[in-house]
Amino acid sequence: MDKTPFLNVDELSVEFRTRNGIVQALEKVSLHVEKGEVLGVVGESGSGKSVTAYTAIGLLDAAGEASHGTVTFDGMPLTDAREADLRDLRGREISMIFQNPRAALNPIRPVGKQIEDVLLRHVQATRQTARDKAVAMLKKVKIVEPEQRYWSYPFELSGGMCQRVMIAIALACDPRLLIADEPTTGLDVTTQKATMDLIRELTREQNMSVVLITHDLGMAAAYCDRLVVMQKGRVVESAPVNDLFAAPQHPYTKKLIAASPGPNSTLEELTAVPDEMETANMAQPNVAPLPKRPKTAEPEKLLEVIDLVKEFPIKSDNVSLLPWRNNGQEEQAFRAVDGISFSMMRGESLGLVGESGCGKSTTSNIITRLMDPTSGDVIFDHRNITTHSAAKFARLPERMKIQMVFQDPTESLNPRYSARQSIAQPLRHLKGLRNRKEIATKVDALAELVGLPGNLLDRFPHQLSGGQKARVGIARSIAVDPLLLVLDEPTSALDVSVQAVVLQLLDQLKRDLGMSYIFVSHDLNVVRLLCERVIVMNRGKIIETGTADEVLNNPEEAYTKTLVEAIPHFEPRTEIERQVSAL
Amino acid sequence: MRTKLHQVGRRLLQALPSVFGVVVISFALTRALPGDPAIYFAGAMADKESIEQVRIALGLDRSWLEQFFIYVGNLFKGDMGLSLSTGQPVLQELLTRLPASLELTFIGLGLAVLLAVPLGILAATHPGSWIDHVCRVLVTAGVSLPTFFTGLFLIYIFYYLLGWAPSPLGRLDILYLSPPTVTGFYTIDSLLARDGETFISSLKQLILPAFTLGLFALAPIARMTRGGMLGALSSDYVRTARANGLARATVLLTYAFRNAALPLLTTLGMVFSFLLGANVLVEKVFSWPGIGSFAIEALVASDYAAVQGFVLTMALLFVVVNLTIDVILTLTDPRVGLDD
Repeated sequence: MDKTPFLNVDELSVEFRTRNGIVQALEKVSLHVEKGEVLGVVGESGSGKSVTAYTAIGLLDAAGEASHGTVTFDGMPLTDAREADLRDLRGREISMIFQNPRAALNPIRPVGKQIEDVLLRHVQATRQTARDKAVAMLKKVKIVEPEQRYWSYPFELSGGMCQRVMIAIALACDPRLLIADEPTTGLDVTTQKATMDLIRELTREQNMSVVLITHDLGMAAAYCDRLVVMQKGRVVESAPVNDLFAAPQHPYTKKLIAASPGPNSTLEELTAVPDEMETANMAQPNVAPLPKRPKTAEPEKLLEVIDLVKEFPIKSDNVSLLPWRNNGQEEQAFRAVDGISFSMMRGESLGLVGESGCGKSTTSNIITRLMDPTSGDVIFDHRNITTHSAAKFARLPERMKIQMVFQDPTESLNPRYSARQSIAQPLRHLKGLRNRKEIATKVDALAELVGLPGNLLDRFPHQLSGGQKARVGIARSIAVDPLLLVLDEPTSALDVSVQAVVLQLLDQLKRDLGMSYIFVSHDLNVVRLLCERVIVMNRGKIIETGTADEVLNNPEEAYTKTLVEAIPHFEPRTEIERQVSAL
Repeated sequence: MRTKLHQVGRRLLQALPSVFGVVVISFALTRALPGDPAIYFAGAMADKESIEQVRIALGLDRSWLEQFFIYVGNLFKGDMGLSLSTGQPVLQELLTRLPASLELTFIGLGLAVLLAVPLGILAATHPGSWIDHVCRVLVTAGVSLPTFFTGLFLIYIFYYLLGWAPSPLGRLDILYLSPPTVTGFYTIDSLLARDGETFISSLKQLILPAFTLGLFALAPIARMTRGGMLGALSSDYVRTARANGLARATVLLTYAFRNAALPLLTTLGMVFSFLLGANVLVEKVFSWPGIGSFAIEALVASDYAAVQGFVLTMALLFVVVNLTIDVILTLTDPRVGLDD
């Protein structure tokens, strides 16, 4: 090829100065994007996907420096361009969309004004026409009532709407290249699909080039023409989408593909070994430090939820001036959980699936008795546990029987407690163990059970990787031998390969210890791997229940169907299955 | 907008209980002071009987509850009682002295804001640079040097050694007459009276005490600006603004500073309240005829009506300042009022 590509990144190396010396973030990364092409950059956290994009458009923070290589855009060198020139380019020729759209918009500026800022900056509109153009952009990204939404602040819009506004800002000046950095992370699957479809539609219209940075292979497969796989600051593989999934060349690509749960994959197939485990020399637990619970011959009801309702008061718009005089209006309430009933057997694992705001987290918070229901009963192990208030329940012996694993492994650990202290916490406070030696032995046993190397026990959360933190969280929750473990999106903050290992660990624990799981998740593919039965919720109600395979493969309700269809996945599965079995 | 007005109205109503609390506390506090005002007022030569007469005349023989209702009733009439030491109505004393204190505080705070905000912004945009270090030194100095020391130090240098500043005795050089009272602020009144000389003179008198107060106020404001700006500059929305190629000034001011200014406003309210307290010392050092020095004299003399009036005035000022800040925040931050 004699002509240089539209965007060309050539042997780019980036270094970061940190307190512990220089860290190599990128090592001779080369990639290119042609006009009108959609390039997917995939890889796990820390692989350098975002750093590549930031370096290309000169957004690298002060500690980072491109030490080698060049970036050219339409023949223009970007690596040593002046900041003023880059500023002219950004937003006009190259635009970017970020993850977490609500935080990425100025919280105290109306969204319409934020679109105007870009238009005015790049002289795409005058003060007189800016408003109309901004409204037109809002219309273009399919926001209803664009004139009203022009004055909305980000906090008044949903995550999906905010991302549409971000797209409107990014595309306001008709750029020729769009870089989307994890544009749908944190959005619901259906919103994700709508957002990605919108991006595809608008960029195709303009024959725009797109760089899609994502950790989700399914999404990359659905929306990209060509993929670049990155690992630890290097490009390990680059190929057209179909070739990559049909015949992955690099072992890391194979590992990533294997670890991504698809609609037909089984837990055993996710045989990826993440890097942390390779060095930690993690062996399968060969000792059983906790007494195995004898499996009851006939299944016995463990949990029954009867007509559960949870209401939250709504703030009405016309706030009355005097709080005690309510203008004769009835207090309005929002029903987060609207009369749901279900039951589960001992040893069973149940998936609770739905989009954000469907009431699944509220339900799990009531079952774990962290929240009081408005009405309804939860019968657990033949006792009605809703008769006690949530505050009182914390001191009852039943507290030990229901434990939970939280969504964010980092946020849910006390940053000032070492892993050992975190795991010992429930032993001390719930079990009332006082003997230091006894606690230490127990913690060691638990760590071994969840595959946490003993030498990591004295580290603090910030010194542990995401997967290790997840293990600490799991060890903490099973420390008091619970009958029921409620897992609230336990893997959504983890990389796919780590997720695969954690899921396998959870499955192993369930079989060894005979626990029951309630697995709350938005990811149907993940739920299917771990759960026999699935409950689909929407707007506080149960839409559909059934075995996981039934619900995922033959959904009966329309809502479940849209949910299942919105999951992006890579098609040439048969090819991959062969690859996986060959591994 | 309608809901905003409602929120403001609601916030105004919420101030009422605090005002009532302030009245109660100012009443109770002065009763709890040691020393018997009746003995003091009756004079050194008084016998038991005349002290008792004075007590009855002052209403001190009645129950606390009765005294309280009389007190509240008088407050509604604008009557704060007579100052025992000066013989003037307390209200009038406060009204002549409060503007002096407020003028000083406002100018001190204004100076601090003018210096501290740009300093904080520069320190945040150039972390680790010399300006960041200057900012740090000033902040440390402002926090660690007591106002009376700074005041005396400034007098020593600029009045005694250099002779640039006028003698630190009150609001005006003795050669000038105070301008006709309109606002009570000499700078404004002299301008209204088109009296340039008096204006210059009053300004000269203000410079040193205002700087003393300003240095004290500088520290928290500069720190909050720097911290707020650092937070805002590393935020996602500033990254978006930069990714869209917005001009540096827009990114810094419209995107970063406006967000950083919100917590800064809250700090300003607090700093203003602190300054009203710090005033007492500065006024003493510069012989400033403000309510601070008045209050100290009243306290020493067990002049409880005056102390009561002072405590009440200050507390009401606190309430008003906090109210103003809250109203400004409600009007500028679209998110306020959403959670409560």
